[in-house]
Amino acid sequence: MTSLTDPPKESFRLGMLIYDTRYRSLTIQVVALIGFMIFAAWLINNTLYNLAEQGKTIGFGFLSDTAGYDINQRLLDYNSQSSHWRAAIVGLLNTLLVAFLGCITATIIGVFVGILRLSNNWLIARLMTVYVEMFRNVPVLLWIVFTMAIMIETLPAPRAFKGENPTASMVLFDTVAFTNRGVYIPEALFSRGLGDLPILPDRDSAACQPGEDGSVDDACGVFQISLDLLLIAFVFGGGLYASARIRKRADRIQNATGDRPKTWYLRLAVIAVPTLAVLVALGFHLGYPELKGFNFKGGTHLRNSLLALWLALSLYTAAFIAEIVRAGILAISKGQTEAAAALGLRSNRIMNLVILPQALRVIIPPLISNYLNLTKNSSLAIAVGYMDITGTLGGITMNQTGKELECVLMLMLVYLAISLSISGVMNWYNERVKLVER
Amino acid sequence: MADIHFVRKAMIEEQEPPAATTGVAGWIRENLFSSPLNAVLSILSLGFVVYVLSALLPWVMSPTWSAASLNECRELIGGGHGKACWGVIRERWLQLMFGFYPKELYWRVVLDFALLLVAVAPVLFNTLPRKMLIFSAIYPFLMPWLLWGGSIWNPVVAAAGFVLGFLAHKYAKPVLGGLTAVILAFLVPVLWWFLLAGPVADGLASVLPLALETVESRNFGGFMLSITIGVVAIAISLPIGIVLALGRQSDLFIVRSLSVGFIEFIRGVPLITLLFVASTLLNIFMPPGTDFDIILRVIIMVTLFASAYMAEVVRGGLAALPRGQYEAADALGLDFWMAQRLIIMPQALKISIPGIVSTFIGVFKDTTLVSIIGLLDPIGLSNSIRADQAWNGVVWELYGFIALMFFIFCFSMSRYSMYLERKLQTGHR
Repeated sequence: MTSLTDPPKESFRLGMLIYDTRYRSLTIQVVALIGFMIFAAWLINNTLYNLAEQGKTIGFGFLSDTAGYDINQRLLDYNSQSSHWRAAIVGLLNTLLVAFLGCITATIIGVFVGILRLSNNWLIARLMTVYVEMFRNVPVLLWIVFTMAIMIETLPAPRAFKGENPTASMVLFDTVAFTNRGVYIPEALFSRGLGDLPILPDRDSAACQPGEDGSVDDACGVFQISLDLLLIAFVFGGGLYASARIRKRADRIQNATGDRPKTWYLRLAVIAVPTLAVLVALGFHLGYPELKGFNFKGGTHLRNSLLALWLALSLYTAAFIAEIVRAGILAISKGQTEAAAALGLRSNRIMNLVILPQALRVIIPPLISNYLNLTKNSSLAIAVGYMDITGTLGGITMNQTGKELECVLMLMLVYLAISLSISGVMNWYNERVKLVER
Repeated sequence: MADIHFVRKAMIEEQEPPAATTGVAGWIRENLFSSPLNAVLSILSLGFVVYVLSALLPWVMSPTWSAASLNECRELIGGGHGKACWGVIRERWLQLMFGFYPKELYWRVVLDFALLLVAVAPVLFNTLPRKMLIFSAIYPFLMPWLLWGGSIWNPVVAAAGFVLGFLAHKYAKPVLGGLTAVILAFLVPVLWWFLLAGPVADGLASVLPLALETVESRNFGGFMLSITIGVVAIAISLPIGIVLALGRQSDLFIVRSLSVGFIEFIRGVPLITLLFVASTLLNIFMPPGTDFDIILRVIIMVTLFASAYMAEVVRGGLAALPRGQYEAADALGLDFWMAQRLIIMPQALKISIPGIVSTFIGVFKDTTLVSIIGLLDPIGLSNSIRADQAWNGVVWELYGFIALMFFIFCFSMSRYSMYLERKLQTGHR
C-alpha cells in the first residue's frame, strides 16, 4: 500500500540567497543599500575628520553676519552692512530676473527662427541655419564673455557724449544712451505715486520713522512693494480677465448661433482704458537719463553684465528652441493639414485649430527643459561679474567666510529646488495633454 | 458635311518648358521670389549678406600678421578701424593650443591626440580591421603617460590590474563557480592596485628606469586641456551612464531609487557648482592626506555630470525599444546580462546615438567652465592675453579664433553623428 506524502520540504540554505530568484533580488538590494551606506558613512567620516583638522565647524550661523560687500545690480534694498543671508536672497532674485528675461527673449527669437528655417525661401532658410549652427556649436560661456568684451571695448565711454563736438550721441530722440558702462534707458516715474509698502516693518527702527514728506526709508521692512506697480498690475490683470470673459461669451454665441460677434475692439478697450486711466491718475511720466559730470544720471541703468548675460543666454538658447519648434512642426503629418483643408478651414484656422495644438504637445516638454538649461547656465554670470546667487553665495560669501561646504550645499539646494519645481510643471503639463490611447 | 471637330485630332508637338521655370531662372523664381513677401525678404537678406561680407572680408584680409602689439597693428593698418589685428593669434596660438606645456615636449601632446584618432577609428568606422581594437584597449593607459610623463611602469602596473582580474576570473570559474569568480575578478585588481602596484612599479623603475620627463598639471592649458578633460569624461561616462540607465529601469526598488536620486541630483544642479566641489570640497571628502591633482578632480566631477546625462539618453533608447524584444530575449532563455549584451543594448545604443553625440558635444563645450575655477583653458587664457599690456583691447580676433576652433570640433562631431545615423538606419526603429 502506498501513501501520499508531501513533497520533501526544502529547507532554507544560504546559497538560495544568490541562486534562488525568489530571494536574489532582495539580496542584491540589501547589498546595494549596505554598500551605499558604507560609502556615505566613509565620506561623512572623512569630511568631519578633515574639517576638524582644519579647525572648522559646520554651521549656518555665518549667514547672519555682515556681508561687507556691495551688489550693484539689485532688486531689493541692500548695502554692505546687510547680512550674507540677504546677499544670497538678492543674488537669487538676480538669478530669477535674468532667467525670466532670458526665457522670454529666447522663446521669441527661437520660435521666429524655427519657423523661418522651414521657409520656402532658400536664402532665409540658409541664413537661419547658419545662425543655429553658429550658436549651437560654440560654448555659451564664450558667447557670454565675448558679448561682454564687445560691449566694454566698442561702445563709447560716457565722456564721449560731452563737449562741443561729442563723438557719440544718444539714440531714439535722446532718450537712450549706449555706453561702455551699460545702457541708460528712461525710467517710469509717478508724480502722484502711492509710495512703497514695507513688508514686516520694525516700527521702532530708525529707518521706519516717517520723514518730512511722510514716507519711510528704503531700508524699512524686510522688503518693500511699490504700490503703484501693484495697482497697475491689478488693473491690467482685471482687464485681461474681463477680456477672457468676453471671448468666452463670443464662443458661446458662436456655438449657439454659428455667428461670431466682433469683439476685438471691446476686448482691447477693457484692457487699455482702465490701465491708461490709472497711469494718468498716478501722474505717470518718464525720467530721461542725462549726462551730469562724467556719467549719466537719472533713467534706469542696465549694467553691461546683465545685458551681456541676457543677450548671450537668449541667443544661445534660442538656437536650441528653434530646432525644437522646427522639429515640432515637422512632426505633424501632412495629412492633418490636408484633412483640415478638406473640411473647408482657412489656413490661419488650420494653424490655430489643427496644427498648433498638436505641435505644442511635441514642443513644450523640450522647451521647458531648455528653460531649465537657461536657468542653470545663468550661473555663468560669475564670469562677467553679474551678482547672481552663484556670484554672491558661491562667490564672495564663500571666499570671505571659508564655509565652502555650507555654501556649495545651499547653492545646490537652491538650484535643485528651481529644477524640481520646473520639472514638476512639466510633468503636470505632460499629464494634461497626454493622448489617451486604448 | 463640314469637317468640324470638337476635340483635337493630332497631338501637339512636345514643347520646351517655359524659360522661367527651368534652370537658374526657374530656381531663383521658385526659391527666392515665389511671392511678394518672399521677394522682399530675399532682397533684405541679400542686402544683409552683402553688408556682412563687405565688412568681414577686408577685416579678415588685413596685413597684420607680423605685428607684436596692438599699437603696431594700428600703425600697419594706418589708423583705420575695421581691420583685424592678427599678430595676437600668430604670437599666442601655440599658447591657446597647449597652454604652458614645455615647448620642446609639444610632440608628446600631438602624438597623443594623433594616437587618439587611431584608437577611436576602429570604434567609429567598422570597415577598419578589428585587430586595431587591441590598440584602442592599450590607449587609455598610454594617454596619461604621454601627457603627464613619469615612469612607464605606472601605466603598466595599472593595466596589469585589469589583466590580473581577467585571469582570476578565467581560472577561478571552473574551480570555484561563476559567482566566486566574479567576486575574485573585482577583488584581485583592487588588492593589487592598493597594496602591490606601488612597490612593484617602484621596483621595476629602479631595475629598468624608463621614464618621460614629468609635466605638472598647472602647465596644462588651452585646447589641449579642453580635449583632455572632454575625451576622458566622455569615454568614462558612457559605461557609467549605461549602468545608471539600467539601474533606473530596474525592478529593484533600492537600486532604482539610488539611480534616480543620483541622476536627478546631478541634472538639477549647474556644472559650475560641481566644479566648486572639485576645487574646494573633493579633497575634504577623501581620506586625510589624499591630495588629488586639480585636473583629476575636475575630470571626476565632469565625468559624474556627463554620466547622469548619458544615463537619460540611454534610458530613452531603452524605452524606445518595443517590449517584444525583451520578451523574445526571455523566450530564448537568455539571462539578464546576456539579453542586455546580445539583444537590448546593441539596438538601444543605436537608437540613442544622436543623443549620445549631442551629450559629447555638450560636455566638450562645458569644459570651458573650468576657466571659472582658475584652470587655463582657452577662455582662461584669453583673459590673461587681454590683460597683457601689448594686447589690451583685442576682442574680435581672439574670441573669433577660439569660437572658430570650437565650432570646427563640435560641428564635425554633429556631422559624424548624422552620418552614423544614416549608416545604421535599418528601415525600422
